[in-house]
Order: sequence, then structure tokens, then C-alpha cells
Amino acid sequence: MYTIVEAKLLAPQIKLFRIEAPATARRQRPGQFVIVRVHKAGERIPLTVSDSDPHAATIPLIVQGVGKTTRLLNEKGAGDFVLDVVGSLGKPSEIMRFGAVVVIGGGVGAAIAYPTARALKQAGNHVTVVLGARSRDFIILEQEMRSISDRLSVTTNDGSYSQKGLVTDALCHRLTAGPSVNYVLAIGPIRMMAAAADVTRPFGIRTVVSVNPIMVDGTGMCGGCRIQVGTESRFACVDGPEFDARRVNVGRLVARNTMYRQQELRALQEWERARSGNGCRLSSQGASLEPGDQFP
Amino acid sequence: MFSRLPSGSEAERVCPVDFGRGFLAASTKIRADNVLPAVTGRVCPQEHQCEGRCVLGRRGEPVGIGYLERFVSDDERAHGSPAPPPMSPPSGKKVAVVGSGPAGLSTACDLVRRGHDLGVLEALHAIGGVLVYGILEFRLSNGIVLQEVGHLPRMGGQFRIHVGVGKTVTLDDLLNQKGYDPVFVAAGASLPVFLNIPGEYLCGVYSANEFLTRVNLMKAYREDYDEPVFNCRGREVVVIGGGNTAMDAVRTALRLGAAHATIVYRRSEAEMPARVEEIKHAREEGVRLQLLTSPVEFMNDGKGWLSGVRCIRMALGPADDSGRCRPVPVPHSEFILPAQMAVIAVGNRSNPLVQSTTPDLETTP
Ligand SMILES: Cc1cc2nc3c(=O)[nH]c(=O)nc-3n(C[C@H](O)[C@H](O)[C@H](O)COP(=O)(O)OP(=O)(O)OC[C@H]3O[C@@H](n4cnc5c(N)ncnc54)[C@H](O)[C@@H]3O)c2cc1C
Ligand code: FES
Repeated sequence: MYTIVEAKLLAPQIKLFRIEAPATARRQRPGQFVIVRVHKAGERIPLTVSDSDPHAATIPLIVQGVGKTTRLLNEKGAGDFVLDVVGSLGKPSEIMRFGAVVVIGGGVGAAIAYPTARALKQAGNHVTVVLGARSRDFIILEQEMRSISDRLSVTTNDGSYSQKGLVTDALCHRLTAGPSVNYVLAIGPIRMMAAAADVTRPFGIRTVVSVNPIMVDGTGMCGGCRIQVGTESRFACVDGPEFDARRVNVGRLVARNTMYRQQELRALQEWERARSGNGCRLSSQGASLEPGDQFP
Repeated sequence: MFSRLPSGSEAERVCPVDFGRGFLAASTKIRADNVLPAVTGRVCPQEHQCEGRCVLGRRGEPVGIGYLERFVSDDERAHGSPAPPPMSPPSGKKVAVVGSGPAGLSTACDLVRRGHDLGVLEALHAIGGVLVYGILEFRLSNGIVLQEVGHLPRMGGQFRIHVGVGKTVTLDDLLNQKGYDPVFVAAGASLPVFLNIPGEYLCGVYSANEFLTRVNLMKAYREDYDEPVFNCRGREVVVIGGGNTAMDAVRTALRLGAAHATIVYRRSEAEMPARVEEIKHAREEGVRLQLLTSPVEFMNDGKGWLSGVRCIRMALGPADDSGRCRPVPVPHSEFILPAQMAVIAVGNRSNPLVQSTTPDLETTP
């Protein structure tokens, strides 16, 4: 059992948890993730740790309620427990002095990007952060990102806040104006990451994305998280989750991620029905299976 | 009368001597050097191991050592625990075992008896390795694994789940900071091998580890559990491979309601690595065997899902390094097996988690 010591709603259906997990907290590096099982009959889901502090006893997780498991988790508050947390899994982000970098956080991807952006800044890079979401309410970690970046752009699809448009618009703008960029890290919905890679291609800038295939164990045992990188098969949980954007076969990743969509939808609907049957009147707004997708 | 078992048990001491004094005494004796009799009695390939070496086998049937182990341990489960084994006084040494599969469990029990302060570190949320995530309930129920696993904490050993050695803690930390010396790595051979043929990324294509883990460890077959698995009800399922894992996967698919479940294996039945009993059971349950057949492509239904497995017939050529006849493709013999789900069960390599963060660890290939 792992205790939730803090729970805070950051945006509709997006919640920050601090969970007591000292061993994991000690070894956590930017870009790594944990596997969480909320309760005994629950599934194992990967969640990226959204900050790293070797002196902390807790790990922060930012969770967007998109399916049954994440919605269930988001019902929890301080003092509640989750059954399993194992980490830190995956390879840490590559941190070195690239020169000028752009870090893109689309939707809840900002949570994953934040510790890496900060580490890149600490490594002496000129860091531009681009945050994007469908509307103002869904922009998270703006203050945190501002404090560790040299420049910050925020885009919203509907123009309800800052620039109207997509993160790729801000990326284009940054690539054509200002000091030349040596490295781009794009984290968010798969299509957003693919679009970012398309934008940087003509510039020949090294571009890395953090992939999110369906996982089970997170230890390289099942191969369910395999993705095609170049001509090779790689396991995202041990070889990733960060890969060269232009070598990832995005189509296959998108297709494989739909494998359980029907089951997930059914589970979510049943859960919501059972929940409203129990007299809960919270609306089910935001119930979509495409996490914070800016790219419909 | 019998040679020693691979696990070290001396069956001769179990059978003739102790049955007269009751089965619990037999259990105590068998446990003196085999910590998992309920497991080995069910899933070991006895015909190649203890029973294969039994001298009676030369003239007729060998003693059914596997069934004896199974019976004695089942009787123990029904009638109470055997006397605890003799323990050495505390040695003052801290020893860690990485991985809680059969290798880790056996080593751990031996070490704890010798008086060492022992911790078993397991990455998953359950103890037992393949016994809980791979081998199915109908062959080895999780209740039985729990019974066997329960002996270690009673003897003073500790289990720590959610510790991925190499990730949560490194091997160096265990040795230098946590004071464990030595550390025994029993991380299993759990990195699934894929076929590297077109279509391996299609929805509906699994490694055996993933399919079995979803069903067995995560209980995807139960309505009240959340983990999803492909719904094989009324579907065609193809399982590639000829070992125990393939047999478990194919029999699981049938139990999940597959219309037909077919084994595709590139050699003949004589070369199949699965236990004879497993092949027999699979046949009895209606599993189809496509022997001397090899997959060449997983076919796409046009929407990213599997629609069939294109296969080619094989013929046995001269023996290879493993001593088995090498299969060679028969020209122009390709055909399509319709399938909505396929499971690849062609073996595993060793799990690299420990090595990946212990650069100076020397390993043999
Ligand atoms: C489906 C299936 C059916 C089988 N049927 C039979 C059969 O009928 N008869 C037979 O004799 N054999 C059978 N086998 C083979 C048998 O299960 C294996 O030989 C046996 O499990 C190997 O035991 P092990 O302890 O070495 O590894 P495993 O059982 O694989 O256990 C290793 C454990 O270590 C953990 N681990 C790995 N890395 C780390 C790490 N870095 N830190 C912490 N923990 C870690 C894993 O999570 C796992 O729990 C079968 C295998 C499968 C998959
Ligand atoms: S999640 Fe199972 S191998 Fe990556």
C-alpha cells in the first residue's frame, strides 16, 4: 500500500498526487515512470513521475482521468492509498548541453516534460518551453515551466488563453525566429508528437518523443509495449520511453493503442453507471479516450 | 534404488520409509531438499528428469515420483503443516535473492535454513515468477503456489515486492549500501523472443508472456477484474511454438472460448519440447496441431487487426547443433490459417534489467 499524502485538482479531470514511495523517489530521474495498480482487481498502468527530487520521500504523479482506472484514481484524495507502485522504470531522459532546446508539453504531456525541461536548463541549455491544450482550463504547470525556462509560449486550440493555435505553430515560430535550435523534445498526444517531428524535419533538428504504448509489467517481460523504431522492435518500458521521433513508426503505435478501446469504453461506462447509481452527481464531462488531444 | 532428483530430493527416502509413518512425515522428508514439491510434482518434465532416471523404468514403468510429490503435498495442504525443517543458528550474514520464481524460491529456502538474514526482491506485485504469471490455474493453481511460498516467511525469510533490481535499487547499492553479501540473481529468462516477420505489430498478436500474464496474473478472464485481453470467444486462435508455454497458451485460448485453437510448430511432434503429458492433454481438449509448419506473415484485415497467419510447410533436414533435425521450407507450400488472435511462444531470453544498470557485471551469453 502506498499512501497519497497530497491530492490537488490542476484542471478538469487532471489531478496531482504526491505518493509516498521513498525508494522510488530516491532513484527517480527525469523521464522515468512508475507502474501503478490502484486496487486488487485493477489493471497495471504506467504513469510518468512529474518531478525528481532525491531527497523527497514522495513522488508526484499527474493523472488525467480518461478511462476507468485513471478516473478511479482521480476519485482518491489525501490519506487514501494505491495498492502498487513500482519504479522507477524506463530509461531517464538524455540530459546534456545541446545548446538551444525546445521542450513541448501538449496537454498532460506537460507533466512528463517538466522535470526534463528543468534538467535541461540546469545542464546549461537555452530552454524554450511550449505548452498547449484545447483551452485555458487544461493548461497545467505554466508557472513551474516559466520559472525554469528562458522563453515560454502557450497555445490553446480555441484561443481562450494566450496564442490561438497548436503547439506546432509556436514551434514553427521559434524555429524561424531566435537562436538556432539544436534539440527538440515533444511530449503529448501521439499525433501532436508526430506533427512536431514533421515541423523539425526540414531543419534537420534532432527531435525526441516520449511514447505511451499500452504496458503490463513495465520490466521487459511481456513485449506488449513493443514499438517499431527504424527497422527494429524496441520495448518502450526498458528501451524507452524516449525515442528519436523520426524513427518511431507512429501509425503502428496509434493502431496498437486502440486494441482495447471497446473494452475500455465499456468499462468506463459501467463504472460511471455504477457510480451514478450510488448517488454521485458529478457530471461525466471530459470523458474522452484521447488524452488532452489537441490534434483531433 | 533411485538416483537423486535434479532438485536434490532423494525419492527413495520418501517412498518406502515414510509412508508407513503417515504422509506428513513423508512431506517433511521431501521438503528437506525440495522446497516446491507441490509445484515440481505438477509441472516438472519428470519423464526426462527423476522418472527418466528411475531404474524401474528400464524394465517397466518408473515410480511415479511426480505424482507422489503431488499427493504428499496435497495431503499436507489438507491436513496441516509439516514439521519445520531444522534451522542453523543465525549466521550474521545478509543475503539477497533477486527474483521469486522457482530458482529464487529454492535458493532462498536453502539460504534461510542456513541461518542467513534473507530478502527476496521481486519486481512484480506477486511472488512466484512464472508460477504465477505464466503457468495457468488449471495446471498449477495460485492457491498451491501460495502454500509453497508461505513456508519462507514462516522460516524467517522476507519478501519485498515492487523492487525491480537495476531500477528501484541497483545491484551495487544492494552490495555496498544495503549490506547484502552475496546477492543471488534469479531473474528468469523472461524477455520474449519475437519472430521478426511482417505483421507482428497488428492488434491481436501477443507474446505468450503478455497473453498469459493478462489472463493469469491480471485475471483478465474474470468480469470483475479490469485488465483487458483479446476476446477469443468464437474466434480462431493460432499459437506458434511447441513448448510448455505454447501448450499453456493454446489451452487457455480454448478455455476463453476460441472456436478453434491451433498450434503451429516447425518440427514434428517428436521434437516438441513440451512435456508429453501437456501435448496429450492439449490433443484431448481439441487443440489442432499444424506440425512441420512455420509462420511467414501475420496478415492485416485492412484495419490494423490480425486476419490470418500465412504459413509454409517444412521438411526435416539434417540434425543441427542442438541435435534436432533442422526444418527447411518446402517450396511453393504456403497457405493461410485464418486467425483473429495469434500468440508467439518461441522462447525467451534473459531479462536485461539487472545488467543494464550494472555495467561491470560479467555475463555469459
Ligand atoms: C507458460 C509457461 C509454462 C511452463 N511450463 C513448464 C512446465 O510445465 N514444466 C517446467 O519444468 N517448466 C515450465 N516452464 C518453464 C519454467 O516456468 C521456468 O523454467 C522457471 O519458471 C524458471 O524459473 P526462474 O526462477 O529461473 O525464473 P522466473 O520464474 O521467470 O522468475 C523470475 C522472477 O524474477 C523477477 N525479476 C526479474 N528481473 C528482476 C529484477 N531485476 N528485480 C527483481 N525481480 C526481478 C521476475 O518478475 C520473476 O518473478 C514454463 C514456462 C512458462 C512461461
Ligand atoms: S510493458 Fe511488458 S515488456 Fe514493456
